[in-house]
Amino acid sequence: MTQIKRRDFIKIAGATAAVSAFGFPAIAAAGGKKKVVIVGGGTGGATAAMYIRRGDPSIEVTLIEPNEHYYTCYMSNEVLSGARSLDSIKFGYDGLRKHGVTVVHDMVTGIDAKAKKVSTKGGKSFGYDRCIVAPGISFKDNIAGYDEAAHKLMPHAWKAGEQTKILHGQIEAMKDGGTVLIAPPPNPFRCPPGPYERACQIASYLKKSKPKSKVLILDAKDKFSKKGLFTQAFERHYKGIIEWVPAKDTGGGIKSVDAKAGTATTGSGDVHKADVTNIIPAQVAGKIAHTAGLTNESGWCPVDHKTFESTIHKGIHVIGDAAIQKPLPKSGYAANSEAKVTAAAVVDLVNGREPGTPSWVNTCYSIVAPADGISVAMVYNFVDGKVAKVKGSGGLTSKDSTPAERAREVQYAYSWFNNITTDAFGGY
Amino acid sequence: MPAKKSLAMLLGSVLMFGSTQLMAAPTASMLADTCAGCHGPDGSSMGPAIPNIAGVSAEYFNTVMKEYAEDDRASTIMGRIARGYTTEEIALMADFYAAKKLKSTTQKLDTAKVDAGSKLYKKNCSKCHDEFGALADDDSGILAGQWLPYLHYSMEDFQAGNREMPKKMKKKIKKLSAAEIETLLQFFASQQ
Repeated sequence: MTQIKRRDFIKIAGATAAVSAFGFPAIAAAGGKKKVVIVGGGTGGATAAMYIRRGDPSIEVTLIEPNEHYYTCYMSNEVLSGARSLDSIKFGYDGLRKHGVTVVHDMVTGIDAKAKKVSTKGGKSFGYDRCIVAPGISFKDNIAGYDEAAHKLMPHAWKAGEQTKILHGQIEAMKDGGTVLIAPPPNPFRCPPGPYERACQIASYLKKSKPKSKVLILDAKDKFSKKGLFTQAFERHYKGIIEWVPAKDTGGGIKSVDAKAGTATTGSGDVHKADVTNIIPAQVAGKIAHTAGLTNESGWCPVDHKTFESTIHKGIHVIGDAAIQKPLPKSGYAANSEAKVTAAAVVDLVNGREPGTPSWVNTCYSIVAPADGISVAMVYNFVDGKVAKVKGSGGLTSKDSTPAERAREVQYAYSWFNNITTDAFGGY
Repeated sequence: MPAKKSLAMLLGSVLMFGSTQLMAAPTASMLADTCAGCHGPDGSSMGPAIPNIAGVSAEYFNTVMKEYAEDDRASTIMGRIARGYTTEEIALMADFYAAKKLKSTTQKLDTAKVDAGSKLYKKNCSKCHDEFGALADDDSGILAGQWLPYLHYSMEDFQAGNREMPKKMKKKIKKLSAAEIETLLQFFASQQ
């Protein structure tokens, strides 16, 4: 029955297009309803859908996402240590539907900025007044030999779900006395503290279950997010388990792999045969951003920070990890915050109003041990046409904070997770 | 055309404010919606520890944010956040959350303790934490339905001297045992 409805809708939509082509105002033909199409159902895309509906329920919001469930990257490191289940980071789209969002499970294959039309693998076409693209990341070929087949043998687990499951399984199956090799990517990449929280989470499991084992981090960088606090955690909780090696000591970290042989080779030619190898490749914006011509030479999407509208294609906004949003980080909270700014701007723009002044926040927790949490936070405002950090705000957990404060930060991290996912996926 | 429009805007703002300051302040919802990622949609938290802020009085919100910003009230992260806003911006957020209705929470509590707490409440707390801790207008925050771990943290901070206790509260708390205080916190958490 729904299929018949959909077919009818396409017929009607086709008819409207024909009418507008003959010079009738599109607004009248479409019954006055404004249409927003959102590409991608991660934290950014889902939040944008929710907040447009909140801002103006008369706007028709369609979110197109290939998967029926989204696995959050945040907290996925706790799945690796066994501290939480994969199911606990799995979210569906019924919450969005409940708030009046039309969710379509299909893959967007093209965005025509001139015709204002999104087309899908399933052969459908969706017209829009404004389009929001939240495609997340895709991987660069910076590590020789790291092809699709290698992804299964040496999982990146940088898109949560099946990949998280594979890596977790490998760590669980590893013998005591084994080594887990983590190869963090060069900047910029999704979730800057993620690889180091991952090292802590894996080490936390090993310390308890396989105490003779090691975690070796061969980094593509010489410094990283929350470095002081992570170094303190490595010393405090995982002395003799975690070893971090900067890029300068290895010729730039891992440069090639032979996944079948189980080896990874550094820039200076050292071959590592670890029991578990976690390769996190260099990153660029998600695939559709490239196909739609929304990226520049950096591989990321330039946007006007006031509205997150693409500076390449008018009428299309890019949010989340894919956007060039510095000094906002590529984090889940920043995606959530950018989505709200963009939703407000889109509501204004489709209603013919000038968008207001934006404001953003980032809050990011890392759980480095069962009762030891650390965080970084920042408030951002709009200065001279760009996102700027509000002076005097934000910063890191103090290195001298007490065990009680660190334990609270873990509970706050769990609350953060429950609230951001409820906010984004409409679980209310 | 855009040039014309911005000239008009410039003139408009000069006329209105007598200065060349073009940027309007963010709206209340623009500012307040950024809190939801941690405090829950419209300030109703899903827990387990980050407090609800829906429905707290504007007076309470403004005072607390000022205390956070000046490190007069202990926090892990709120001091860092509070220092990002002007007094006017905080006031906008305060009005926004004062107008929100708290959604009820479900948390695991000890019924015996809740009952014991209800008996202690009237004598010890009801004068300031009116309507079983649910009245916003007493400017004492909303304790009713608040997340239990948050109530624990708050009490720890009060007793450690990391957060200032009103004189009357200090006197009452001194006379109560740790077990009695626990029943009171469970009681407040149980209120909807």
